[in-house]
Amino acid sequence: MTTAQQTSIEKEPVRVKIDNLSKSFGEQVILKDIDLDIAPGEIFVLMGPSGSGKSVLLKHIAGLEMPTSGTVTLNSAETSDPDTFAKTKIALVFQAGALFNSMTVFDNLALYPREHRLYSPQKIREKVMSTLRILSLENAANKHPSELSGGMKKRVAIARALVMEPDLILYDEPTSELDPTMSATISEIIACLKKEVNVTSIVVSHDRDLSLTIADRVGIIMNGEIQAIGTPTEIKNNKDPLITEFLNPKIDLDNPRYKTLE
Amino acid sequence: MKQITRALEAIGDTIILMVRSFGYLGSIPRQWHRLIEQCYLIGYTTFPIVSILSFFIGSVLALQTGYSLQGFGAESFIGAVVGLSMARELGPVMVAILVAGRVGSAITAELASMKVYQEVDALKTMNIPPERILVLPRLLAILIMMPVLTIIGNVIGWFGGAVIAQYVPFIGTDMDAYFQSLRASVAFKDIFDGLVKAEVFGFCVILIACNIGLKTKGGPREIGHSVTRAVVVSLILILVLDYFVTKALL
Repeated sequence: MTTAQQTSIEKEPVRVKIDNLSKSFGEQVILKDIDLDIAPGEIFVLMGPSGSGKSVLLKHIAGLEMPTSGTVTLNSAETSDPDTFAKTKIALVFQAGALFNSMTVFDNLALYPREHRLYSPQKIREKVMSTLRILSLENAANKHPSELSGGMKKRVAIARALVMEPDLILYDEPTSELDPTMSATISEIIACLKKEVNVTSIVVSHDRDLSLTIADRVGIIMNGEIQAIGTPTEIKNNKDPLITEFLNPKIDLDNPRYKTLE
Repeated sequence: MKQITRALEAIGDTIILMVRSFGYLGSIPRQWHRLIEQCYLIGYTTFPIVSILSFFIGSVLALQTGYSLQGFGAESFIGAVVGLSMARELGPVMVAILVAGRVGSAITAELASMKVYQEVDALKTMNIPPERILVLPRLLAILIMMPVLTIIGNVIGWFGGAVIAQYVPFIGTDMDAYFQSLRASVAFKDIFDGLVKAEVFGFCVILIACNIGLKTKGGPREIGHSVTRAVVVSLILILVLDYFVTKALL
């Protein structure tokens, strides 16, 4: 892994603090009184069933949603203040990639450094190509997102986040649609970023293996509420039947519910 | 009551979008390429349809006027009628309607699609304001291209009228007489007023297209709804504004 060589700049890791955060869309309550304190440089994995509010919580941290009540602070600056995002570089890896369809893969990655005039054009080219090489995407540089598979799009989205050299990376289902080998690579990259450049990472995932392998702490969210927080070992040993069932689902081939399908 | 509130909110959002976008005016030297691309998309790709429609609008105007005026033996005024109608009214309104249908709809579809597929969110997380790179170049491009398209439309419309005036037997006004009448009647102010109207219409069309596109929520079906809404609102606004701008310029 050469990520450390690519992102060798000393960083100030971000502390993410969420206090009493609630979010409703009309009558529907999505998040209820969420309290979280994610330490600088920590890998925090948020797990939970579909529709439990994980991605909405991630959007609050990225400043894309505003809470109905409560606050999100990044290094003690509230996300409701637009200046917070000028001070803290946040990269969000969207579940569906959210790549710019009108641009090539190269331009997708080069957009951030170009717009913020971080480097010379030559340096940007080198940086983008070296990041693409990390994710085995160098041959896709001149392709448009519409020409890529779902898994490749996900890798491009991660590459785009890495080029930003963020202080905080938010991953929304980073390993969905990826084969086991690429999932392992992504897990390595997430872990390596913490180890080498001390970036804070928040990962929303259904992937039990990824979560329990790379996380410093895991949070389980169900129906908009945090059910449990702990180290991977603590979560594995949690006796709450809801959590046990979520982490170790049983496949019942004789489930009477599906008999009518016969 | 709910609809009035929603309409007022939409007007407020549109004004805020305009103010925010022009707040990034200083970034234009760094995004010439985007401005030129938008000028190409708005101007060059709309030129053929503007040419064809202008020609036939000028032709029909000459035909109708010639038919009506022949009873009074006043065919020599055809040039003046076509010239003034195109310069003051039909040129700017027709170009604005074409821009709404062709360019405005495409812009709304593009921005709505970017919104639905989270590309706009991705820009925000990169601390790149969408108003700066998506809206401002389009607003400036329409301000540059609208007068150009309108002048082209006027000239081709005048020429269409001249062809009909000369070659339709019951009119039979030769081109020299037609253009002499046109030159005698159409003053610089008439053309300038038409260009002012075109600028106002074009600017509003693109601003509405951008605002509706960026406000799109939901799934792919909403993209279609947004495009329809943008075109309908633009068409209504062009005709409403036409009255007020004309009155102000008289």
